[in-house]
Amino acid sequence: MKEFTQRKFYRPYVSPFDPCPPIRVKSYETPPELYLGFQPPGLPQYKPHQALFCGTLWPVLFSPYEKSYTRGDET
Amino acid sequence: MWIYEKKLQYPVRVSTCNPMLARFLIEQYGGADGELSAALRYLNQRYSIPDEVIGLLTDIGTEEFAHLEMIATMVYKLTKDATPDQMKAAGLGDHYVNHDNALFYHNASGVPWTASYIQAKGDPIADLYEDIAAEEKARATYQWIIDMSDDPDLNDGLRFLREREVVHSQRFREAVEILKEERDKKKYF
Ligand SMILES: [Fe+2]
Repeated sequence: MKEFTQRKFYRPYVSPFDPCPPIRVKSYETPPELYLGFQPPGLPQYKPHQALFCGTLWPVLFSPYEKSYTRGDET
Repeated sequence: MWIYEKKLQYPVRVSTCNPMLARFLIEQYGGADGELSAALRYLNQRYSIPDEVIGLLTDIGTEEFAHLEMIATMVYKLTKDATPDQMKAAGLGDHYVNHDNALFYHNASGVPWTASYIQAKGDPIADLYEDIAAEEKARATYQWIIDMSDDPDLNDGLRFLREREVVHSQRFREAVEILKEERDKKKYF
């Protein structure tokens, strides 16, 4: 599977008349299940203990989620 | 804004007076997966989705209103000269009590349309997947209506509407592919 990012950024249209200070960069999530297709057998696995923490046995399906204040351009 | 053309997107013909069929068809008027839901869902999602998908939502949302108008025409033709007795025989007695022969936004069981049929989650992927699901459900609804209808003229219009659901689903799937692509890579990674 090709490398992919789980968060995409885009620059929404900004009007010169927007009342609030514009957020120039916004983001959205693109989690791994969008890219995997039918999961092939034999993919690398987490150790059982780690899998319990991650909620999945397979690193390829792990989707970390950062707090939303890092989604815009203020980072 | 919109510009209105005073004609239907596809001609609507009804060959037999059949108020019972109107009762089934109203599902696509004011039902959960109907044309009103579709139009309002897409046009409302436009404000919180990346710019390259906005035009698609505008176009499809607008077309859904053209479909709504076709359904309205079909229902109108099927019921406009039906007597109270015919309405009652078609299972539309409760409709007649409430609305006479007027159209109303409710589903085939008479449940009024509600905004909880549609969603704007703000997450572009979640919203587009809802749109794809909605198109497939509308396609299925048209199939089941065609199965129960023996009016060839009406079915011609319904087949056209079903085909449009297929095309819309394809376009929404393409929109997901666009949003999956990497973008602005140099700047942020
Ligand atoms: Fe549609």
